[in-house]
Amino acid sequence: MTTRATPPAPHAQSRWRAPRLSLRFWPVFLRNLLVWRKLAIPSLLGNIAEPLMWLVAFGYGMGALVGEIKVDGLPVPYILFLASGSICMSAMQAASFEALYSAFSRMHVQKTWDGIMNAPVGLDDIVLAEMLWAAFKALFTVTAILGVMLALNISHSPKMLVAWPILLGVGITFSSMALVFNALAKGYDFFTYYFTLFLTPTMFLSGVFFPLDQLPPLVRLVADWLPLSNAVALVRPLFMDQWPRDVLHHGSVLLAYALVSFWVALALTRKRFGQ
Amino acid sequence: MKTETIDLHDNHNMLHPTHSLPLFSANHLTKRYGDTEVVRELSFEIAPGECLGVIGPNGAGKTTTIRMCLGLTVPDGGSITALGLHMPVDAMAIKAQLGVVTQLDTLDPDFNCEENLMVYGRYFGMKDAEIKKRIPALLEFASLTSKAKAKPGELSGGMKRRLSLARALVNDPKLLLLDEPTTGLDPQARHLMWERLQLLLQQGKSILLTTHFMDEAERLCSRLLVLDHGKKIAEGKPRDLIAQHLEPDVVEVYGVGALALAHSSLREHASRVEVSGETVFFYTRDSAALLQALHAYPQLRTLHRPANLEDLFLKLTGRQIREDA
Repeated sequence: MTTRATPPAPHAQSRWRAPRLSLRFWPVFLRNLLVWRKLAIPSLLGNIAEPLMWLVAFGYGMGALVGEIKVDGLPVPYILFLASGSICMSAMQAASFEALYSAFSRMHVQKTWDGIMNAPVGLDDIVLAEMLWAAFKALFTVTAILGVMLALNISHSPKMLVAWPILLGVGITFSSMALVFNALAKGYDFFTYYFTLFLTPTMFLSGVFFPLDQLPPLVRLVADWLPLSNAVALVRPLFMDQWPRDVLHHGSVLLAYALVSFWVALALTRKRFGQ
Repeated sequence: MKTETIDLHDNHNMLHPTHSLPLFSANHLTKRYGDTEVVRELSFEIAPGECLGVIGPNGAGKTTTIRMCLGLTVPDGGSITALGLHMPVDAMAIKAQLGVVTQLDTLDPDFNCEENLMVYGRYFGMKDAEIKKRIPALLEFASLTSKAKAKPGELSGGMKRRLSLARALVNDPKLLLLDEPTTGLDPQARHLMWERLQLLLQQGKSILLTTHFMDEAERLCSRLLVLDHGKKIAEGKPRDLIAQHLEPDVVEVYGVGALALAHSSLREHASRVEVSGETVFFYTRDSAALLQALHAYPQLRTLHRPANLEDLFLKLTGRQIREDA
């Protein structure tokens, strides 16, 4: 750090300067938690109803037609195949939704961020709080869905416990990515593009509904580098009571997406706020 | 103004609110957006216990100046020191001792009044118990005790503003930055707001206030800064500024045929004549003679009054409406 005697020329500050993060993010995170606590139950129902409908309709409906699928040479009931993929998809969607629509409401519509920045909390800490908050919401949603899956007896491998922190990581990755688009948005309409042009194709190309080896080689190449397919590759074996392979590779891809996105999100948000 | 004596206990100046070292000082601030300079070489100081008013037309650079004071906008030139600390390096330490009310309310719509204060206090790193202890007094100060459990959506404009003020006081700040704190309020709410601000000044707080209301500036501010096009065009005590720039008396004349008087022999009795809409303004040092002459026009209505801050403001910044404002 530079000394106080020679403060860096403020005029030359780069938008891409290193993140300045501190524990001051916590009261901001707590603020979101307190608002959410008031509406947790209805919002939870909304969050888990849709993925469960997919699971029941496709899992049992399609599952009856498909029967078993081979993953790494092992036969897997379709419902288990789908459940292990769709839990990652739920984490992705919960984090994305929160870091887009809800964060945008706080940032742009309610001007909550402006109010916070008049107190001794920096923009970087606010973005960090929003990122972690969206990831936490994803984790909460995923936990509820996991509970239902256990109740439905889809899997009860003890290794599913390991999937839990991985799903938090999935939330962190997708909330960081969403915050990039939050920083660029002029209005809510903008997010429709992100959902239809990026998240929907991601959903179909990440091995949630069918194995990736069904895809033509060129599409497969793209699919292999999508964050969600790497998440599925880590989580699915755990549901099958196996340890995932290439953990370092898949983990690094997710981490890279998260770190790069968070940094870009910070730079673009600083630009938006003229900092 | 600064005294020449040197305080040997410089480190303790914060403990002595009457100390004359400035609490806040901005030096040669400049801010450009693209090719336009919205703030130009602006310097000012705020002494402890003082209320400094910043007045100027829309687009004069008032809000940009406040944003720079808060470290939210980085100046292109110049420096800011506050409470012995430097912006933007010590921005967080400075903001910990400031209270801010912005033009637009940023209250949390999902929380009631109490919760708004609680949540905001946490941003200052205050302990929950510490904030809880302050909440009743803050609500009472804002005349919102009976509304403790009401959400901002259920409050009137004046109540919201007072909640914003109470929120800005949660950390017991030394200096308050208020950006048009009474804009949009009805007269009752405005008077209550003024009374509360006077009370804060009596308690030794310092205030930087921007406003469009000249009566507000005259009533609250010990010193004024007049900005136009980002530049300081006048600075001083309200009464001094009026005495310095204006004739002591104003006679306003309006009614059918009034405008013709602007070019009549009545001009001799005035040092300056201005026309705005249907009214002629005579600025004069000899109102008796002018009023005497006006007896010849019984159909016209006249208003004789002392020159005020609004006259000063209009003289310095012009009467025309700004298209870009």
